Amino acid sequence: MNSKSIISLPSPVEQAAAQGIVVPTGRREIQIGLGRWTWHVDRTSALVASVLALAALLTGFISLALGDIRVPFDQLLPALLGDSERRYEVVVRDWRLTRVLLALVFGFALGISGAMFQSLTRNPLGSPDVIGFSSGAYTVALALMLFTTAGAAQIAMGSILGGLLAAALVFIIASRDGVNGFRLIVVGIGVGAMLASANTFMLLAAQRQVAMSAAVWGSGSLNSVSNSVLGPSLVGIALFAVAAVSLQRQARILECGDALAISLGVNARRLRASMVIVGVGLVAVTTAAAGPIAFVALVAPQIAARLTGRSELDLLPAGCLGALLLVSADTIARVAFMPVQLPVGIVTVCLGGVYLIWLLVRESRS
Amino acid sequence: MAASTQRANTKDAPPIASVLQVKTNASQGTVKHAAAGSQVDSTGAKLAWLVGLLLLLAFIILCSLAFGSRHIDLSVAWRSIVEPSLNSEEVQVIRQLRIPRTVLGLLAGIALGVAGALIQALTRNPLADPGILGVNAGAQFSLVAASFFLGSLSVMASIWWALAGALVATLAVYGLSLSRRGRSAEPATLVLAGVAFGAVLSGVTTALVLLRPQIFDMMRVYSAGNLNGHELSTVMVIVPFVAAGLLISLCSAGSLNAIALGDAPAKALGVRIAPVRIAVIASVTLLCGAATALAGPIGFVGLMIPHVVRWLFGVQQGWILIFTTVLAPVLLLGSDILGRIILPHAEVSAGIVTAFVGAPMLLILARRKKASTL
Repeated sequence: MNSKSIISLPSPVEQAAAQGIVVPTGRREIQIGLGRWTWHVDRTSALVASVLALAALLTGFISLALGDIRVPFDQLLPALLGDSERRYEVVVRDWRLTRVLLALVFGFALGISGAMFQSLTRNPLGSPDVIGFSSGAYTVALALMLFTTAGAAQIAMGSILGGLLAAALVFIIASRDGVNGFRLIVVGIGVGAMLASANTFMLLAAQRQVAMSAAVWGSGSLNSVSNSVLGPSLVGIALFAVAAVSLQRQARILECGDALAISLGVNARRLRASMVIVGVGLVAVTTAAAGPIAFVALVAPQIAARLTGRSELDLLPAGCLGALLLVSADTIARVAFMPVQLPVGIVTVCLGGVYLIWLLVRESRS
Repeated sequence: MAASTQRANTKDAPPIASVLQVKTNASQGTVKHAAAGSQVDSTGAKLAWLVGLLLLLAFIILCSLAFGSRHIDLSVAWRSIVEPSLNSEEVQVIRQLRIPRTVLGLLAGIALGVAGALIQALTRNPLADPGILGVNAGAQFSLVAASFFLGSLSVMASIWWALAGALVATLAVYGLSLSRRGRSAEPATLVLAGVAFGAVLSGVTTALVLLRPQIFDMMRVYSAGNLNGHELSTVMVIVPFVAAGLLISLCSAGSLNAIALGDAPAKALGVRIAPVRIAVIASVTLLCGAATALAGPIGFVGLMIPHVVRWLFGVQQGWILIFTTVLAPVLLLGSDILGRIILPHAEVSAGIVTAFVGAPMLLILARRKKASTL
């Protein structure tokens, strides 16, 4: 891998040319599954993904102990299994477990969604934030929160709908002889700015208390997630994740160029549509429950690609890194300013921004 | 020659540029515009346009005095300025509320427009805008941080804080985007650096604001971008800042023309680039800091107006600055007036209207055939 390229990874075409096309890797692979459903896993990817997954789980586990009531580490596992003092069990199982699990799952979803978008737009800045999904979701959710008596479920549905509309709008405006990555980003900034203005206007019209809670949701927050969210979120994300994995192989071929993909029998148009649906679906489930959480989808695939040294779509490491990022960020958000719990989105914005800045500095030094 | 410069630039560009594929060169713009032949070329025609636009500005100023929740006749608006002895309730409304508002609109419009034109010229980046480059986020962050740690601020103090924040953000973003040779800031890198830095600052700002409900209320109003709520004496405080910024910008117009050709040609023409950069960054900071301190982060004026001016009147920096000075307040005051009359009971902040007027403009720019060169 070219050490100079910070955000631009070596093009898939180069890689394909260098390494043979259909399975663009000369590395050792592990095969899982049977026949048509055989799943080739690169060994480095698998290793990186497992390490990251372990790190994420460990962080989540430690996070269970932290907070205004500290649970001694030797009591953690017993409390989790229901074999400890009652107060520890309540704190760990009833208060913190849902939140930690959701942080892990949502982080995973954001990571693979970002990987899908970056593969789709062939642009490392491709992310649900950039295509306006988050702003659209926030606008509709804000309108419902401030001006109607809609419940959580309706707000969730509305925010998904708003996100989809905004994303569709951005894609339609940006497409002219195909979607060019730069144009997509500029259009995303434009549409995002308009929606953000609309949001500011609505916040101005609202009472302070309502506006503040809406602002917390709008930054992306796991503060008020309840147990009832866990089940539907898990099912939704599992379904989309399976769909994403089944698209991975074709998506890698598409990265080598439309002409090649078509000659190999890939229906490029349908594949792109499926990738958008899966990518947006994953973000939608997350946004519905936690609000728009910034930067995880953007950053996770990038760091994962650096760890594995692979530039093509590689879902599992990206997802596991997303989980690690979000669970760490949420722990910081929960614990750093006790007794106030910050929205996790604020922490991810800072971490993500610092990461981007670090990339730029590194480039200027090299 | 323009083409070869362009190619040389591309070759030197860090890999990041290939990602965004922003290739900009004002000289390319010249060729394109000249070929299109749609712009006003002769000096005489430009002067005629200038007079026309000044009349438009005067009309908009008068409208800004007359329109609002209480409609006042244009003639009364005019007489309230020229007849100091005139006194009535309507005249009081104009003198105490609408004159400060209009003056702030005029000053902030000029400041934001000229800052946008300068930063676009310096970075050769058509997307450069004080908002996108994180200057506003810097000013806002510094205001919030100051009121978080020091309590409420006087107007003068808040201007200085906003200026300091704008300066630090400008320097940081520009410094971050310098290429490894430390010579030029690639447009794409600059936008990225601005987005990244702005995101971090606004994240921290949101955190501070959510920790203190009083500041949340203050920032809710401020962050929308408002022209109202200040006394004339307060508004006049920013005049020296804006004047200094304008003066520097006019002095650097010639050098910016050369820099538009690329750094190497500019040097060949005898322009010393570093001092120009410092002057322009100082000027952008003064202009944006002053405007943002009082009016809040108003976006798109600095992005849009220089573009329109370049389309209409070509790429000579001197003319761009002059026409921007006239047209930017027209947009800002127009947006403010629209915001006053668009909803019968609530006012829509000027910053919100400019986003709704300016963003479609950005979308049209992005959709043009040569979107990569804008």
